[in-house]
Amino acid sequence: MYHKYDAIIVGAGGAGLMAALYASRGVKTAVLSKLYPTRSHTGTAQGGVGAALGNHEEDNPEWHTFDTIKGSDYLADQDAAKVMCYEAVDVVYELEHMGLPFNRTEEGRIAQRPFGGHTNNVTKKPVRRACYAADRTGHMILQTLYQQCIQHNVTFFDEFHVLDLIIEDGVTRGVVAVEIATGELHVFHAKAVLFATGGWGKVWRVTSNAHTLTGDGPAIALRRGIPLEDMEFFQFHPTGIYKMGILITEGVRGEGGVLVNSEGERFMDRYAPTIKDLASRDVVSRAIYLEVRDGRGIDGKDYVHLDVRPETVNRYFERDGIKNPDGTPRRITAADIEAKLPDIADFTRTYLGVDPTLQPMPVQPTAHYAMGGIPTDIWARVVADDKNTVLPGFYAAGEVACVSVHGANRLGTNSLLDIIVFGKRAGIDMVRYCQESDFLPLPKEPEAFTREQWEALLSRQNGRERAADIRREMQNAMMDYVGVFREEAGMKQAVEILEDLKERYRHIALDDAGKRYNTDVLEAWELGALLDTAEVTAVAALERSESRGGHYREDHPKRDDENWLKHSLVWAKDGTIELDYKPVTITDYQPKERVY
Amino acid sequence: MKIQLKIRRFNPETDKKPSWGKYEVEVEPTDRVLDALHYVKWYQDGTLTLRRSCAHGICGSDAVRINGRNRLACKVLIKDVGRKITVEPILGLPVVKDLVVDMQPFMDHYRSVMPYLINDEPPPVTERHQSIEERERFDDTTKCILCAACTTSCPSFWTMGQYVGPAAIVQAHRFIFDSRDRAGRERLNILAASDGVWRCRTIYNCTDACPRDIQVTQAIAEVKKEMLLNGL
Repeated sequence: MYHKYDAIIVGAGGAGLMAALYASRGVKTAVLSKLYPTRSHTGTAQGGVGAALGNHEEDNPEWHTFDTIKGSDYLADQDAAKVMCYEAVDVVYELEHMGLPFNRTEEGRIAQRPFGGHTNNVTKKPVRRACYAADRTGHMILQTLYQQCIQHNVTFFDEFHVLDLIIEDGVTRGVVAVEIATGELHVFHAKAVLFATGGWGKVWRVTSNAHTLTGDGPAIALRRGIPLEDMEFFQFHPTGIYKMGILITEGVRGEGGVLVNSEGERFMDRYAPTIKDLASRDVVSRAIYLEVRDGRGIDGKDYVHLDVRPETVNRYFERDGIKNPDGTPRRITAADIEAKLPDIADFTRTYLGVDPTLQPMPVQPTAHYAMGGIPTDIWARVVADDKNTVLPGFYAAGEVACVSVHGANRLGTNSLLDIIVFGKRAGIDMVRYCQESDFLPLPKEPEAFTREQWEALLSRQNGRERAADIRREMQNAMMDYVGVFREEAGMKQAVEILEDLKERYRHIALDDAGKRYNTDVLEAWELGALLDTAEVTAVAALERSESRGGHYREDHPKRDDENWLKHSLVWAKDGTIELDYKPVTITDYQPKERVY
Repeated sequence: MKIQLKIRRFNPETDKKPSWGKYEVEVEPTDRVLDALHYVKWYQDGTLTLRRSCAHGICGSDAVRINGRNRLACKVLIKDVGRKITVEPILGLPVVKDLVVDMQPFMDHYRSVMPYLINDEPPPVTERHQSIEERERFDDTTKCILCAACTTSCPSFWTMGQYVGPAAIVQAHRFIFDSRDRAGRERLNILAASDGVWRCRTIYNCTDACPRDIQVTQAIAEVKKEMLLNGL
């Protein structure tokens, strides 16, 4: 089936929906999502969205910008980080005007809580910058944006999985998608296409990410000859539920929770003397690993405790002289925990049988967020080479994009901010572009390439490999060799394993050959995307012989600005992987050593 | 531990009528029912079809009937449902394939209650103010994830699919009681119609089914009360 829209948006999380609201005001727009929009992963974000509103205490966007750049280990492009942090304030008010039910201060303003790496730049102490709606801020953003899309009659194609991007003579022409319910292929002719497809945490074994976060967007980009930027930087969030990886928000530590080892020691005192448990995520994840390695994991296992029991929290508040903004000593009660962290309490009760007001929670680092992705400029336009040349009509926003505002390590609350700021910018610029451009003709049979691959996969009944086995082996290799700690031999092994798995992938068997709602073939297709994404991640990580942010090399433990203060670009055209580099934009802040 | 799964199977493309698929899988007591379903799909029978995404009770994809009660497959642990587990699609919506139902009728009901903030007064430069108490008034109903567990557990909805159902009323409640909204009366009018809130017979299945612990029946009662106060 053939469709024609000025603007096509792929993905219906926060970035896609925000872009849809803005694009649909000016041009004919449709949103394609492989899920129902409200199933998108934005909904699982918990702790808050960062904006220097200063509702509790002094704060300003300049401090937010510096914290973001410092958090990024100086790999963020500083012009982009500045755009995000300065636009944060208005865009959060905009969400409130749309109806987002933020928690409130006594004065009826948006409530804010402390979060890792966000500081008062003068005192260096944590600042309340994360605007929150209990511990379901992402859920409320997703719901609010979807509500707005309904009100403004945005067109949706729910459960349409995009399989290919149509580019001809260097200009974007549309996408090819499969309608999951029927198995039919659809061609969407468009002037502009936005990829807002999210991340690829399913590359790793322990992850906070949904089953559906499989790197579909980056894999298509790679196949179309578009490079990916900074793929070696993937964030491991320090506090995932032991073994399951389910996220426990940093907001727990924002409310005073502390990490404790088997000796009952609050070990972040040693690793980050100033802001302790609220150091940035890469720092805290490494600290947990080192505690475990030195035999101080709980019961000798590979996890530690996150303790938010009031008696523990209040003991440390008292020890450290922590005060409320009005100068009174800060204290929390069990009721505060239930009120401010209801979902966390629900998760730990459901999955662990642990009541967080009475018992500590077992946690370990969990693969969480892609700092890298499809390279874009500050208007979400994809830039496809080391000279930042715009690929006309192709856009990317949200986790799939690399602007780069997060550099080598993202601060908590900056992902929700990224999706609304750059989703909005994408929508605005797509309108401009569509109004200035004509529809260019589609190539003949634009879906032929995809149809061939899709049908080849669908007809594989006699293979000898199961997709689930290959996926599991990939996840193990990436977890063991391209995780929190990395070194050359291990990563070389990972690359070899991935090459072998890609070969085995050619021999997988499917059980389901039907057209109707065939998730067997979809999962196999997604596995192909995961393997492509994993491979470029491992290769880019192997090449970068320094430690920076989320990329920590045991064989190169220091940051090396002389050789490595640069973004990587990785191509995988026709099966050969190539790397190149481009400079980091530095405007106001010269790189310094990072201390928390 | 070894468990027995009995799963309702139906592919309208090939089957004349639904049947039961029986599977034996090895799981941990602390695994989710979703993990057991995945085990079947990944290692025994790839044709088994279900929706799922986040796997921790937030995205709302995997509402199914487990041993006769509506639950999210990712939020029920094996140890809590025993060694013999029956899994069926939620009731009252057309089955697309196996555990996947057509959500469109459900989403249409959701859209019918104007589920978005309506306020044409020009907003201030900063946020609209709202007191902690005003915010608390509709807190419970903001938790809804549109999983349809409530609506498809409701006998009134089973007998009459035009009934808007508990989820849509929960969504309406979220705006009717938001101090910033100005269209409460319009929503009350919609819900006062014959397919609206009076179809609720206070059976409480919805409250039992809600994976987010929303007091659904209470929210419906509050909407009914508000109608009476408004002379509807």
